[in-house]
Amino acid sequence: MKIIIIDYGAGNVPSVERALHRLGAESQRTSSPDCISKAEVLLLPGVGHYAALVRALDEKQLRAPLVDAIHRGVPFLGICLGLQVLFKSSEEASQLQGLNLLPGTVSALPPSVKLPHMGWNKLSAKRDSRLLAGIDAGAYFYFAHSYAALDSTGASAATCSYGTEFVAVIEQQNVYAVQFHPEKSGDPGVRVLDNFLRLAA
Amino acid sequence: MSLARRIIPCLDTDGERVVKGVNFVGLRDAGDPVALAARYNAEGADELVVLDIAASRDRRPTFLETIRRVAAELAIPLTAGGGIRTLEDGRAVVRAGADKLTVNTAAVERPELISELSQEFGAQAVVLAIDAKRAGDHWDVMVRGGRESASLDAIGWARRGVQFGAGEILLTSVDRDGTQSGFDVALTAAISRAVTVPIIASGGAKSPEHFVEIFQHGAADAALAASIFHDKVQSIRTLKEFLAARGVEVRLPC
Repeated sequence: MKIIIIDYGAGNVPSVERALHRLGAESQRTSSPDCISKAEVLLLPGVGHYAALVRALDEKQLRAPLVDAIHRGVPFLGICLGLQVLFKSSEEASQLQGLNLLPGTVSALPPSVKLPHMGWNKLSAKRDSRLLAGIDAGAYFYFAHSYAALDSTGASAATCSYGTEFVAVIEQQNVYAVQFHPEKSGDPGVRVLDNFLRLAA
Repeated sequence: MSLARRIIPCLDTDGERVVKGVNFVGLRDAGDPVALAARYNAEGADELVVLDIAASRDRRPTFLETIRRVAAELAIPLTAGGGIRTLEDGRAVVRAGADKLTVNTAAVERPELISELSQEFGAQAVVLAIDAKRAGDHWDVMVRGGRESASLDAIGWARRGVQFGAGEILLTSVDRDGTQSGFDVALTAAISRAVTVPIIASGGAKSPEHFVEIFQHGAADAALAASIFHDKVQSIRTLKEFLAARGVEVRLPC
């Protein structure tokens, strides 16, 4: 099983690769539509501006093969922006369309707190989570973002609170996504990636 | 709110080796950055900062290699800086494995550098490093390793830096740096109140009490120190246990 990492130029690709490598998983970066169509497991890391990700997916013609693969049931893990792009749109670039695989939109976190939401925060489980299996309920995960999905109508397995409650973990059939950075979250983050690899196998 | 306060060890390097000095001068060797990075990652550091304080053009490839080797040891975020003058410099540092970039003198000289980096990597990846020194009733921004005044008010510069797209401020007190007499609480609180982004306090840490003080009275979101961790005056783990016992929320690794 090879993990296909969708590489649109995001800064966290090398650390995701390193984390997968430490877990003994084989991975390959790609920005080719063909490679995404043939993938058995897909991972979309993301960091930075929502518009950069959406524009790259369209310019490289990756949107259609990615949506098709997810509809076919290919296990998918989205990280940070890779979670946000699953929704219809984001306030960060409201003229652009997300992948629209989940209902709802991505909103700015409230200005009552310091932004970006930067650092280690805890999760609040909404139901049994496969990605969080075996992880202590009080574990901290590393977040770095200013926008978040506030409502996912059922796809949310765990939330986080910072200024408001927002979606931290999504699990819906073959679609998995996390707002935090598992590749930067110490041992609990490694466990999340390991859980995904097991679910995808 | 359960966002933990962060403890961040800093590796000041000459590009290759960790060095240290008092008030930015009188440098001496303090170890191998890769070995220190591995130690801090295991001890429960929340992030790591690696700076090239020499930042000479010809040593640049050496520093990028240091970033690569350090990043390979970490399961926590890595911030790197020193000598980032252009978007292309920033790209090289990110490609080498840094999650965030710090800019200092070059941003004072050309603030658009902050926006260029922020547009490319996101505000969360751009840390504006400000070296501030008390000057009468205000704090002056210092540049070139803390040696020269930029004739800028630190609070005003912090606000402008955030407008230009900085997502975090690494605030070093030049007065306190290397003195081990405690963080500059007044400076940190003033900057933290003036901006909407997280503040990393730096300069002057020695005792665990200094950390309690900067979190409880200085409104710092994170605290950075170098030599007290390198010299094992403080271990990150015992420091965090002390902070937790004093009611400061920290991430205690298992």
